[in-house]
Amino acid sequence: MTAPWSAGEEPQVYPIARSGDVVHIRQAIRALSQQCRLSLVDQTKMITAASELARNTLTYGGGGTVSAGMVSVDGRRGVAAVFEDSGPGISDVEQAMTDGWTSGGGLGLGLSGARRLVDDFQLRTAPGEGTAVTIIKWVR
Amino acid sequence: MKRDSAVDLVGLLSVEGEELAASWVREVATSLGGRIGVAELDRELRELHGALREALREGAVDVHSEQMSEVRALLTELSRNRARQGFSPSETAMSVFALKRVLEPVLQNGSAETIRAYLQLGRILDGLGLFAIETYTQTRDELITTQAEQLLELSTPVVRLWDGVIAVPLVGTLDSARTQVVMEKLLQALVDTGSEQAIIDITGVPAVDTQVAQHLLKTIVAARLMGAECTVSGISPQIAQTIVALGIEFDGIVTKASLADALKLALRRSGVDMVAHEGVQR
Repeated sequence: MTAPWSAGEEPQVYPIARSGDVVHIRQAIRALSQQCRLSLVDQTKMITAASELARNTLTYGGGGTVSAGMVSVDGRRGVAAVFEDSGPGISDVEQAMTDGWTSGGGLGLGLSGARRLVDDFQLRTAPGEGTAVTIIKWVR
Repeated sequence: MKRDSAVDLVGLLSVEGEELAASWVREVATSLGGRIGVAELDRELRELHGALREALREGAVDVHSEQMSEVRALLTELSRNRARQGFSPSETAMSVFALKRVLEPVLQNGSAETIRAYLQLGRILDGLGLFAIETYTQTRDELITTQAEQLLELSTPVVRLWDGVIAVPLVGTLDSARTQVVMEKLLQALVDTGSEQAIIDITGVPAVDTQVAQHLLKTIVAARLMGAECTVSGISPQIAQTIVALGIEFDGIVTKASLADALKLALRRSGVDMVAHEGVQR
């Protein structure tokens, strides 16, 4: 799964292997959001969504990578992040996207909440084939 | 057979005696670009040279041989110093590998035995180089762990704002380890100061995700069990909107926009009235 990356700008790939990596990703997304001139509220939403998904990748996907960069379509600009892992995947997507449902010990709002925080949200997964989540926040 | 090769190896290191050590020091000093005192380097490498010769004489075959313990100790000290002084791993390993380069001239018109000895010594030095890097990394890891612990301690003070009112200003990222520290400190401070009002100020927390929220909620419930009232302050407009979008519910928890508001509330709850006097210059 890919995002419409801006021409001439390769997305940066960051590993998600330890809980310290979640902090790095948050900082990287913050830098990108500022560079892209997202509003302060949108910056915070994008950072929080990235934080949720990075932690999901780590906790449920057993670690993976995130590619983050600028995107542009028809003159609109935005920040995108693609979270990929090769973990067990999600067998029941509808259930996983339900508020309050968790297979771990969390609040069960990470995945569903992240979808509400961003403008574009794509989830691709299959049992045993890992999970890829793409999120985009567009400049308003 | 082993005896002979040991003799060869020692011979290799002793051929030029003191001069070999001197050129080794020169080679390493060049690679480090004068960022280390020559006298210190000279002492380090001469000691290492002496110990290595001794170890080989006693029949050491690789870096893990028992006879190498002295060499390992010296090399550990050298690597630790390099790591603390901020040299790179390559620069650290160069201290060992430079010896190979210094010895290269013996290959020019050496006998087959000399060449075999050089190769054997080369293998031993490779092992020593790797050992130096391992020690270097270990030292760096220790430094990082120490710093992380210090940061954990630094960033979580519990302050007393008033009789019976304490506050924890949180700054930076809240992970499980830090929340644990915060919670312990807060609960202990409640006991120590006999406070019944606690304020958790999150002005310095850049983003509140579900994990941070969950940690906060747990801390507040724990404080409640001890009979204290908790207020969360410092919720910025963007964090408020993010929390709403995420769908986190702070039911039954009092939240305020600023620490000042939270303090006012805490004072009112503990029965303190604040009166503004007329005619006072402000």
